[in-house]
Amino acid sequence: MTDTAIDIKPQRSQWADVWDQFKTHPGAVLGMIFFVTICLLVLFGPLLWHFSPHDMMIRDRNQGPSWVHPLGTDQLGHDAFAQILAGGRVSLLVGVTAMGISIFLGTFIGVLAGYFKRLDGLLMRLTDLFLALPLLPLLLVIIMLFRDTLRMAFGPETGIFILIVFVIGITSWMQTARIVRGDVLALKEQEFVLAARSIGTPPHRMILRHVLPNVMSPIMVSATLGIANAIITESALSFLGLGFPSDFPTWGKLLQIATERMTLNPAQVMWPGLAISLTVLSVNYMGDGLRDALDPRIRGR
Amino acid sequence: MSAQQPLVQVRNLKMYFPIYRGVLRRQVGEVKAVDDVSFDIFKGETLGLVGESGCGKSSAGRAILRLYDVTDGQIILEGTDIAAMHGKELRQLRPEMQMIFQDPQASLNPRMTVASIIAEPLDEHRKLDKRARMERVFELMDAVGLNRDFANRFPHEFSGGQRQRIGIARALALNPKFIVCDEPIAALDVSIQAQVVNLLEDLQERMGLTYLFISHDLSMVRHLATRVAVMYLGRIVELASRDQLYEDPRHPYTEALLSAVPEPDPSLESTRERIILQGDVPSPSNPPKGCNFCTRCPKVMDICTQETPPFKKLEDGRYAACHLL
Repeated sequence: MTDTAIDIKPQRSQWADVWDQFKTHPGAVLGMIFFVTICLLVLFGPLLWHFSPHDMMIRDRNQGPSWVHPLGTDQLGHDAFAQILAGGRVSLLVGVTAMGISIFLGTFIGVLAGYFKRLDGLLMRLTDLFLALPLLPLLLVIIMLFRDTLRMAFGPETGIFILIVFVIGITSWMQTARIVRGDVLALKEQEFVLAARSIGTPPHRMILRHVLPNVMSPIMVSATLGIANAIITESALSFLGLGFPSDFPTWGKLLQIATERMTLNPAQVMWPGLAISLTVLSVNYMGDGLRDALDPRIRGR
Repeated sequence: MSAQQPLVQVRNLKMYFPIYRGVLRRQVGEVKAVDDVSFDIFKGETLGLVGESGCGKSSAGRAILRLYDVTDGQIILEGTDIAAMHGKELRQLRPEMQMIFQDPQASLNPRMTVASIIAEPLDEHRKLDKRARMERVFELMDAVGLNRDFANRFPHEFSGGQRQRIGIARALALNPKFIVCDEPIAALDVSIQAQVVNLLEDLQERMGLTYLFISHDLSMVRHLATRVAVMYLGRIVELASRDQLYEDPRHPYTEALLSAVPEPDPSLESTRERIILQGDVPSPSNPPKGCNFCTRCPKVMDICTQETPPFKKLEDGRYAACHLL
């Protein structure tokens, strides 16, 4: 009561604190720089690079690295660098979108199952059901069944993109759902949730205000692993020949084509493989740093 | 005493938790956490609720605030029975009654700032603009003795006592009439306990609050409470004014409980006779027949194992449940 002045200090934004903490994590910063570089390269690279992924220089096929073709050329004389750039667009887009779908589904189902006891049994049995399905054969069947209809409706590339993203999304949400459910169950017994109940906070705001922010860490980890997983699954599908059309490069597709001639031209296997691994690694590091930065308990230190 | 108006009347409150077993999750029994409890809490008083761990003190407190769906009975808050209320009706009465929790660490959301924690009740029940909301938060922080500069900090940056102050400020935000204090000092250092208790007393005086003070710390309850209820295995065994209860306990369980309080004066302490109870507390899912205390009572009689003693008013105004009285 002694201080009479009402001093409302300008609130320091929480996101500024998050950024400050993020900066102290060297792996996260490196990962972010790398990821942003890949994104920029993949976005603008194809516009600037002097070869198009469709240019065939049949006389220069199967070349090693040179000044003209820094990553060499493949068996048809495509410039490997142009192909990697073009392929990255699709692979990254698939990775991010499919991760988004799977995280959304997983979090939604996990929170509902954990928070509402009545839905728990039903939703968790559904999750078990999805976990028990053999995924790759299932993916193959779905793609066989719907590919042509979607191609007809949206065009060959968009159609297959929608199909692949959707299929990867709905077959990879289960781990997230389980982890989130477990965390929500533990969280629900905390006294601050009880305190919010005694205030009369309705369930939807309880979830948004108290539950979701506190399950951010496992969701974050799932999300970063999810991007990696989606890129790899897309690669696997392309590798099996069920992904995008053959003249449409993606990292997985490049890998598939290159493995057929691995003994002849091993470098062509390395580049797309390296691109996938490094992207996944950088995203994982970024997620790690972001998770720490979003936790006020760690941020304070 | 009879001239006082009751703020909360609890009548035959029962809080049973079902036990499910087996593959089919069939109900095989229930934990009788609170079993047929009746008492009044008068305006402006502090009712102490004491008992050993697991006797149902906290369950009773939470059931009265309707944090649980009660099994049976009435909870009458200022004339309205809230025991069977649901949804919107109940939500509108929430501002009247609030709770202070035992664990100041667990009762604050680690991801929210102090200001947003204290303002949560305001956001839910009052439509305030940003400035008025902040002013109210600062007012509350002043009232519980927290520095205004702490508003944007997170709970983990505070000591236990400060965290408990944040919890108290949150409970006060809506100007409640009735506050359930669920062992608010049990998790605190002894030096901090006194501060928090003094704060609670001070606030009660200034704002005319009514407390239900749940604790197992008998000396703290003696300091704070107007009347004291003693619970054993889901039931109230004795309810009396503080002085009556501490100076002349009538129920054998109260006697035993009070004999465990150490005496600060060494010469008196050496003459203190402890009544040591034999055996363990029976399981609340399977309480003994007759009086709940009959398995451990030093003065047990035949009737005790047959009939449940009624909770009746004695001639000196106290209530007790014992065949001896």
